[in-house]
Amino acid sequence: MDKMPRWADILLVPLISLILAAAISALVILAIGENPWNALKIMVTGALGSTYAWGYTLYYATNFIFTGLAVALANHARLFNIGAEGQAAIGGLGVALVALYLPWPHWTLALLGATAAAALFGAAWAAIPAFLQAKRGSHIVITTIMFNFIAAALLNYLLVGPLKPSGTMETATAPFPPSTHLPSFQDMFSTADTPLFRGTPANVTFFVAVLLCVLVWLLIWKTRLGYEIRAFGFSEGAARYAGIGATKIIMVTMLISGGLAGLMAINNTMGEAERLILNAVEGAGFIGIAVALMGRSHPLGVFLAAILFGFLYQGGAELSLWTSIPREMVVVIQALVIMFTGALDNMVRMPLERLFARRTRSTPLAPPGPTLHPPGRMAPPSTPAAE
Amino acid sequence: MDWTTVILLLDSTIRTATPLLLACLAGLFSERAGIFDIGLEGKMLVAAFLSAAFASVTGSVWLGLLMGVAGSLVLSAIHGLASITFRGNQLISGVAINFLAAGLTVVVAQDWFAEGGRTPQLGDGERFSGIVLPGALDLRTFTIAEQRDLPLLQRFYSDVISGHSILVYLAALVVPLTWWVLYRTRFGLRLRAVGENPAAVDTAGISVTRLRFAAVGIAGVLCALAGAQLAVAEPAAGFTRDMTAGRGYIALAALIFAKWRPYPALGACLLFGFFQALEARPDLFVTLFNLRVPSALLSALPYILTVIILAGFVGRAIPPRAGGEPYVKER
Repeated sequence: MDKMPRWADILLVPLISLILAAAISALVILAIGENPWNALKIMVTGALGSTYAWGYTLYYATNFIFTGLAVALANHARLFNIGAEGQAAIGGLGVALVALYLPWPHWTLALLGATAAAALFGAAWAAIPAFLQAKRGSHIVITTIMFNFIAAALLNYLLVGPLKPSGTMETATAPFPPSTHLPSFQDMFSTADTPLFRGTPANVTFFVAVLLCVLVWLLIWKTRLGYEIRAFGFSEGAARYAGIGATKIIMVTMLISGGLAGLMAINNTMGEAERLILNAVEGAGFIGIAVALMGRSHPLGVFLAAILFGFLYQGGAELSLWTSIPREMVVVIQALVIMFTGALDNMVRMPLERLFARRTRSTPLAPPGPTLHPPGRMAPPSTPAAE
Repeated sequence: MDWTTVILLLDSTIRTATPLLLACLAGLFSERAGIFDIGLEGKMLVAAFLSAAFASVTGSVWLGLLMGVAGSLVLSAIHGLASITFRGNQLISGVAINFLAAGLTVVVAQDWFAEGGRTPQLGDGERFSGIVLPGALDLRTFTIAEQRDLPLLQRFYSDVISGHSILVYLAALVVPLTWWVLYRTRFGLRLRAVGENPAAVDTAGISVTRLRFAAVGIAGVLCALAGAQLAVAEPAAGFTRDMTAGRGYIALAALIFAKWRPYPALGACLLFGFFQALEARPDLFVTLFNLRVPSALLSALPYILTVIILAGFVGRAIPPRAGGEPYVKER
């Protein structure tokens, strides 16, 4: 039974959530004595007003596409992958090892090698939590959180010790050789007389991210595996009855999810820093949660939400440059988006459903349906075809 | 290794274990009532900030603590609203609360004090100082050499047991209190029942919503005490950004390690506090075993141990059955 038209579910609910989050953010900005309208103008010019601004916005967005896809795919199997942060960090380790210790004749080959390594390392980091959820019933949220911290400790150890070149003070690996440097947007789009994207970190990885959006879309809705993942997410019992093995789905979904998160490293480590630095992920794994929620776990939604968060990130940096609003304001906005689109979803949805029920007059006022979430798993992403 | 080192190590174990223990017991109340609480970290952080900020502005540490409790309770209320009233996802709500706290504390601290996201240094009277227990010596009046000459038992009592902030002793009292409330009172029985089988509690005519809100509220108060211990109890002297540094998650790990029981929670938090104390003394392993243990390994140890426990190799950790599920009265 549809309580709401499809457009309301896909567009109206996230839009209202976003407006609520923006309104509260505006109140916070007002409370610290700044002008929200002015702040918004600075953010728009700073994040969208020039190719320079876009060069940063798209760079951040690329990170968030990877982690957003990772969280979104796991959501389809009702697995809450809160460990994208750690998986992306370990993906960075894979990229660093491949870039530093293997000889690469050309960046295209290096990109392929790094992609494989990043995905493999990220997947490996998701493997143990996945196995424990599948075989031991351990809460995947808790285990992936633990693995975030273990990853941080591991990288801390490696970047202070074995991987740090002697004689430097920084906690980072040696710079990657030039043959592994990825072309930036500046290299690709600038001409001799019109320099574009000057000095910005956006690079060819953006197109890898876009390609992955398409691939993940195909995986979820056009393959047998995707069907099994979605079926498992809707009803574990029914899926099991239909001959879909829980262990296999949990393992495969989490491995792909971890791989997607790991791939973020080709953008930030290989594309931007060109060496592995400490805390390279900088919370992008957690932003992936907001992006996946905002994008309703659909690759197109993830893409758009990632651009939105890229805008917020770059805009927030500009804000702290030009006003007294600190960069952490972005974290507040991010928290509000997660809160309204994720946890308080029903607060927006329930009155809307009642509104639409009254307008169609076809059904009497029904109490909102139960949303029972088994521990460790999220509500299935709303797929209009179902129900 | 001499006795001085042992005593110093145990002393700092007690101090670092206290916020873990308070947060862990907060999580225990919440999760025993069927509400997962990833937001322990955020509530501690907000309470740490508000208690330090108000202690600094008003000059009274107690007023600071009160505001810390109030701030933590606001976050509890949001968590309750999202996960009880609107039956949202408790995990996502917790994640959001942690980010809200991480962002807001810095934004507000910068606005109020303009010191890069910290509060001003707290002086005497603006923070909880060490309490000298009856029969103990105030070791601050002794030199190191004089301390060495004291009888061992006296040194142990005076340094490890005595001389902590009031919050440390409060935390020690909360453990038996929690046990008593959970296992010896009607409220505790209902609280545990609501985490295992809310429908049964509802059938008995008891409000599931009210019980769960009460549990979430208790968790808020305990988290606030944990935050205050971090920011306004000696030797701490104010709030710094992200000062909880993952302690909320270690508390969560300790809770699983303790299998959601109060006295084992005390043990788990002391153990994890001991790891944190060791982390600050990497030289000990070198002098003792001639072994260089990377401090990263020690910081990861609580998490690794918890994963092993979760894997079920050392006894199984079975969470409250209705944990994480919003309760729906009627279908």
